[in-house]
Amino acid sequence: MKDDKLILGGQEFQSRFILGSGKYNVELIQAAVEQAGAEIITLAVRRANSSGEGNILDYIPEGVTLLPNTSGARTAEEAVRIAHLSRELGCGNFVKVEIIRDTRYLLPDNTETVKATEQLTKEGFVVLPYMYPDLNTARDLQQAGAAAVMPLASPIGSNKGLETRAFIQILIDEIDLPVIVDAGIGRPSQACEVMEMGAAAVMANTAIATAGNIPRMAAAFRKAIEAGRDAYLSGLGRVRQSGGESSSPLTGFLRD
Amino acid sequence: MEKIMTENQQEKISHMEYMEGMEQIDSDILEKVMEARAGYQPERYTGQEVKHALAAERRTPEDFAAFLSPAAEEFLEEMAEKAAEETEKHFGSSVYLFTPLYISNYCENHCVYCGFNCRNQIHRMRLNQEEIEKEMAAIAGTGLEEILILTGESRAKSDVHYIGEACKIAGKYFKMVGLEVYPMNSEDYRYLQECGADYVTVFQETYDSDKYETLHPAGHKRVFPYRFHAQERALLGGMRGVAFGALLGLSDFRKDAFATGLHAYYIQRKYPYAEISFSCPRLRPVTSLSGTEEHRFAAPWNTGTEVSERQLLQIMCAYRLFLPFAGMTISTRERAEFRNHVAGKTATKISAGVSTGIGSHSDEVTEQGDSQFEIADNRNVPEVVTAMKDMGLQPVMNDYVYV
Repeated sequence: MKDDKLILGGQEFQSRFILGSGKYNVELIQAAVEQAGAEIITLAVRRANSSGEGNILDYIPEGVTLLPNTSGARTAEEAVRIAHLSRELGCGNFVKVEIIRDTRYLLPDNTETVKATEQLTKEGFVVLPYMYPDLNTARDLQQAGAAAVMPLASPIGSNKGLETRAFIQILIDEIDLPVIVDAGIGRPSQACEVMEMGAAAVMANTAIATAGNIPRMAAAFRKAIEAGRDAYLSGLGRVRQSGGESSSPLTGFLRD
Repeated sequence: MEKIMTENQQEKISHMEYMEGMEQIDSDILEKVMEARAGYQPERYTGQEVKHALAAERRTPEDFAAFLSPAAEEFLEEMAEKAAEETEKHFGSSVYLFTPLYISNYCENHCVYCGFNCRNQIHRMRLNQEEIEKEMAAIAGTGLEEILILTGESRAKSDVHYIGEACKIAGKYFKMVGLEVYPMNSEDYRYLQECGADYVTVFQETYDSDKYETLHPAGHKRVFPYRFHAQERALLGGMRGVAFGALLGLSDFRKDAFATGLHAYYIQRKYPYAEISFSCPRLRPVTSLSGTEEHRFAAPWNTGTEVSERQLLQIMCAYRLFLPFAGMTISTRERAEFRNHVAGKTATKISAGVSTGIGSHSDEVTEQGDSQFEIADNRNVPEVVTAMKDMGLQPVMNDYVYV
């Protein structure tokens, strides 16, 4: 499996576990990254510019790729401006476009997300848009030059798991981009399941940040994601819709 | 520009009628909130209804009503546990730090419970721009990155442009600038947003309209609906966030807390992008009201409506369980131990290094104006930071970017 790499914006990653950094006590981030084996960590630009107590950037190990997000943006225009700010802050060319106009459920605005993705890809950003799993939007995002699509499994922070399973499967089947399942994954078993479905990677934050033992839960996610990927690459055994199947088939006695 | 009226003229005006120059907007939220408040009978709720509300995954205004009822008091521990879970789910271990800066204590209102009441013989003062900058520089030197600018409610002494200039200065020192000033029209809010402010706090004080009238005998503040619609005008003016609060203890606190929560709820439904938050002040003794210590507590408006710490916590838990995504500030009116325990459990924002006096942050501002109320937690910023860390929380100075 050594050659099985996640490629985003021309950059190769061994790990398929993207760790969110919000909601943590910053002292625990380093341990979480190490146990998760994460090579990409998301970061809200609005937290990155903190020069005061507990600057989050001080706690992210070197060699980890930052994936700044545009959290706080309500329109494409705001997301673009936050992306510019993140580049000025030295956070690199990667950006997760996150546009939310709803403070209750924090659901992404797909229309504005497409607009921001078009603009930012033109400017040379590697754009990973957070989206509601809608096939038409995913196609538009692909057309706009997105490096991946990041559909939500359920609302951010909810830990509710794969509420949008059927629609994520459609994206995996139809879109020629890495599908990174983002938001709502609450358990390692759910992370494993989306990897078995063929997702390219999983992002998790709250599930780990609110766990009893953060480093250990990060390790559990790492193992689950690796197991799910292995299962997907192995090709899952098929499932019968009803009944069982004899290991000695009923037609086994026939000759010719 | 509104004309200044004499008190006698103002007293003839109904507190439900707008004064000249006050913007009226198309909104039915006041009617909905007032109708719900009038129909709310806290004592009618049972323990069974509280249990049902605790078990609910999506909580309705009816569940919120149950949480605020006397019957819920015996479930306070369970409510606190659930509230802490919700807070952690939505805010993680983050707790946000800020400090208020009073730039003027001139006021044109007669609010009988307030230290800034224009009839009170306190030392009035208004910082000039140079003094504001000195104060802000001193505060920024403590490591804080968020500031809340406050004035007494005097359009004459602290007009919109004066506040706008303060916002511009704040932009040099802070990454987030909030306002707690008199209610204004949406175009004024838009101007202040352009000057760098991004959220607005307006306390309705009490949602009991009759009591409101008796507590506000004169001044612009007397106009109940204009104050009520301030958050909506602020959002129409482009503000990102608005905060709500009743001064608990002015009237029936359960009904006022119910109205406060519903007010925020309806605003959030109408403006889903708005960031909403609560403040939870209890009535506290004020400076310079006549009489002894006992008199200051046993003030005439305090007629059996005082709020205990237990009840304050009940209200905070009810807000959190009803609107789990809302921010919540705990003020220095409360003692340090109480603040420590609610931070990260229900409250998400805590003030530090607070002084409610005018010109009291910088040694370079020598003249000082009197404060609005007495504070119960005098800890400076490093002390609050240490306390939050000891509670396993992450003190966050800024979680904001202006775009």
